[in-house]
Amino acid sequence: MPLLEISGLTHRFAGLCAVSDFNFIIDPHELVGIIGPNGAGKTTVFNLITGVYKATAGSIKLAGRDLVGQTPHTITRSGIARTFQNIRLFRELSVLDNVRIAHYGRMAYTPVEALLHIGRFRAEEKRITDLTLDLLSMFKLDDMANEKAKNLPYGLQRRLEIARALATGPKLLLLDEPAAGMNPNEIIQLMEFIGWIRQTFSVTIILIEHQMRLVMGICERLVVLDFGATIAAGLCAEIQNNPKVMEAYLGVEVAQ
Amino acid sequence: MPKLSTAYHKLLEQWHTLTGCKYFWPVFMVAGLLFCAAASTFEFLDLYLQLILIYVGINIILTVSLNLINGYMGEFSVGHAGFMAVGAYVASLLTVHVFPEAAANILFPLAILAGGVGAAFIGFLVAIPSFKTRGDYLAIVTLAFCMIVKSVLENIDAVGGPRGLLGMEKLTTLPWVFFWTALSVWVIRNLVYSNFGRGVLSIREDEIASDLMSVDTRQVKIIAFVVSSFFAGIAGGLFAHALQFINPRMFDIIKSTDILIMVYLGGIASISGSIIGAVIYTILLEILRPLGIWRMVLMPLMLVLLMIYRPRGIMGLKEARLFMPLSDFLTEKLWRQKKKEANDAST
Amino acid sequence: MVYIFQQALNALQLGSIYALIALGYTMVYGILTMINFAHGDLFMIGAFFCFLIAVYLHLSFVPTLLLSMLGVAFLGVIIERLAYKPLRNAPRVSAIITALGVGLFLENFTLALSPYPQHIPPLLENTTWTLGTLSISSLQILVIVLSLVLMLLLDFIVQRTKAGMAMRAISWDKTIVPLMGVPVNKIISLTFAIGTGLGGSAGMMYGLAYPVIDPYMGIMVGWKAFISAVIGGIGNIRGAMIGGFILGAVEIMVAAFFPSTYRDFVAFTLLLILLIVRPYGILGKPQPQKV
Repeated sequence: MPLLEISGLTHRFAGLCAVSDFNFIIDPHELVGIIGPNGAGKTTVFNLITGVYKATAGSIKLAGRDLVGQTPHTITRSGIARTFQNIRLFRELSVLDNVRIAHYGRMAYTPVEALLHIGRFRAEEKRITDLTLDLLSMFKLDDMANEKAKNLPYGLQRRLEIARALATGPKLLLLDEPAAGMNPNEIIQLMEFIGWIRQTFSVTIILIEHQMRLVMGICERLVVLDFGATIAAGLCAEIQNNPKVMEAYLGVEVAQ
Repeated sequence: MPKLSTAYHKLLEQWHTLTGCKYFWPVFMVAGLLFCAAASTFEFLDLYLQLILIYVGINIILTVSLNLINGYMGEFSVGHAGFMAVGAYVASLLTVHVFPEAAANILFPLAILAGGVGAAFIGFLVAIPSFKTRGDYLAIVTLAFCMIVKSVLENIDAVGGPRGLLGMEKLTTLPWVFFWTALSVWVIRNLVYSNFGRGVLSIREDEIASDLMSVDTRQVKIIAFVVSSFFAGIAGGLFAHALQFINPRMFDIIKSTDILIMVYLGGIASISGSIIGAVIYTILLEILRPLGIWRMVLMPLMLVLLMIYRPRGIMGLKEARLFMPLSDFLTEKLWRQKKKEANDAST
Repeated sequence: MVYIFQQALNALQLGSIYALIALGYTMVYGILTMINFAHGDLFMIGAFFCFLIAVYLHLSFVPTLLLSMLGVAFLGVIIERLAYKPLRNAPRVSAIITALGVGLFLENFTLALSPYPQHIPPLLENTTWTLGTLSISSLQILVIVLSLVLMLLLDFIVQRTKAGMAMRAISWDKTIVPLMGVPVNKIISLTFAIGTGLGGSAGMMYGLAYPVIDPYMGIMVGWKAFISAVIGGIGNIRGAMIGGFILGAVEIMVAAFFPSTYRDFVAFTLLLILLIVRPYGILGKPQPQKV
């Protein structure tokens, strides 16, 4: 059974069709890239999957369960986590708290126990803090656990965002332009890093990217969007020589 | 000046060991309660001083509880006086009309609690529009709510209409104020350093990201509004029984403004800041009393200057270590130790 | 029927005063995204300036109006320069609290100088025409016409002049516009001058229409004008005008058909319902959330 199955997904904003009739299937452990020029509707697809926007039509099924109409936090709890194109950390909070927040749905104590710090509170807090510190040390961020997120250098902020997403315990990880603002060297490191995450946390990954080098390097399959429509889908090599894709990226004349 | 600075650091260190001790808070609580009980029974503090302390306590409750919404959650509620009014009226109606006069003294905490619960219920209602409305528009919702409470009270003859309620006994004593103040500070501190508190903070930082990181933002908003208004109600009940009369005009927007000033003076998202803000504001108003009306000219001027030179207030976004739970430090310390041992074992 | 018409006239009068004040809130919000909570008190200062000028200088209506508008506008610009400008890059609430502080300062300063309510002497001969049971006073007509003229003038300035274009540009984008050579500080001062000047004129009209003035009169009227601005969609100039007239109409109509103590209750409940149905006001547009 596929992990995520999207069919006929359409989203309209004020008459404009941001995404139209998007169909997509991903199996467990795959790594698929979504590419396309600026404004093609890539991030909108992520927003629709995670429930930030409500789809005008179509269905999104995670392991057979329909997600359309659910709130973002229930979707996250059912196993989809994401990062953002422009980093959206909780800037004034510590690195530790940034990641601990991602455990919100799995804390086993009630508000009353929290207000009085009784019952399961202490044990749960200790458990979550230990888990978080372990995760942070895997990401080599544990030395900065008490630093405010906004004080981290850019690269570490990106890393922290991925750590935070993984802390929600996802089956499917959505990465929105993780290479934005990186130089070629860093992109090579990032490729290894994404591969490592996929192995270690055994997650399925959908990657939105601009940088061809990154997607071609690690993705098995690609989907190409332009003006909200899917113009091509398939293995990397097929996409590279597809005239429609070249047209979308480079303009009509070159393609001809 | 090396001597002075070492002396200071030594002192600081001792202060940290003192406050880091497990027994600091329990001892402080018992001592404080005993002191307050002694002060009010033997009257070694004169009544005027006691009254000021009572107002300091009430203002601390109001400031800490409003800080939960305005500081930790980052909303701008201007309706805190409305919750206070609900608490004041519920508690006063109970002690004046419902409870037998002879037992009023014993049932007083129950009346205060009922006031808090009444206010918490209204807080729950206000939380509902906050799901969708944010920022300035939510500020208007809370303002409108505050005005509605006031005009409803003005239109109910059973609670005295615009003339207000009279006949409460002076049941608010120093020990009770100490108890409720300590309770509210403790509970709100606990909330802030819990899963739900982190949810509250994450809403301030980035509500969409918070929802996407599995935080149930509606649940968090309900908890924050209910807890905040509960304690505003408690403060209202205490206030009514300290002043012994209330009317709807006492709880209008000007009262809310007062509480706002204490919150932002002390600094947002800080328990210690709230306490400092409430203490400074209340005491300064008393000290400047000889100036008459000019103190009311001076106070806003000082506020404006403070905002210009320290826009986040005295303790904005900072917290004295005293108010952080020990367990937070301990878990991390233990974890580091474990890690170090593991490292040593491997090498 | 006549009764309703009479009330409609009263509603127009109150509404135009709310609208004039609401404009100041909305203009400042549009350009600085800051709520100038001192604005209601500047309205009060306008009434007191008018009182001072009328009593001590014995000027006639038009010079009094112009002088008090000018005085309040000047005060508004000074407040912006001294209190708000240092906070332009500070957290938004600091600016709001500062504005609340400035408002309290103005109230209490006026109170310290003038502990008793004052009466503005009648600057114009007030004639009342009666048509059956309907009575229309010249003052009422004057307030309505004058506010409409001022609002049209403002609309002209904002929509048709170069300075108005700069204002709209700044409210649209605060980072790029300064790079285009728009003198941001001057435009902000101008916005404050116009906004508070309008508030001052409203103060004078209020003082003439309901002759008792006191230092705390700005609080309630100010908050209600703010609500008008929100009803219309804060930051939107035409919205503020519409909002002012709506709130005026609601208040007068409630007072006409219910006991007058229900006025605030009904007005604020309507506001709540409106905000729940249209959280961005009547003419405001919801900001699309960007993720």
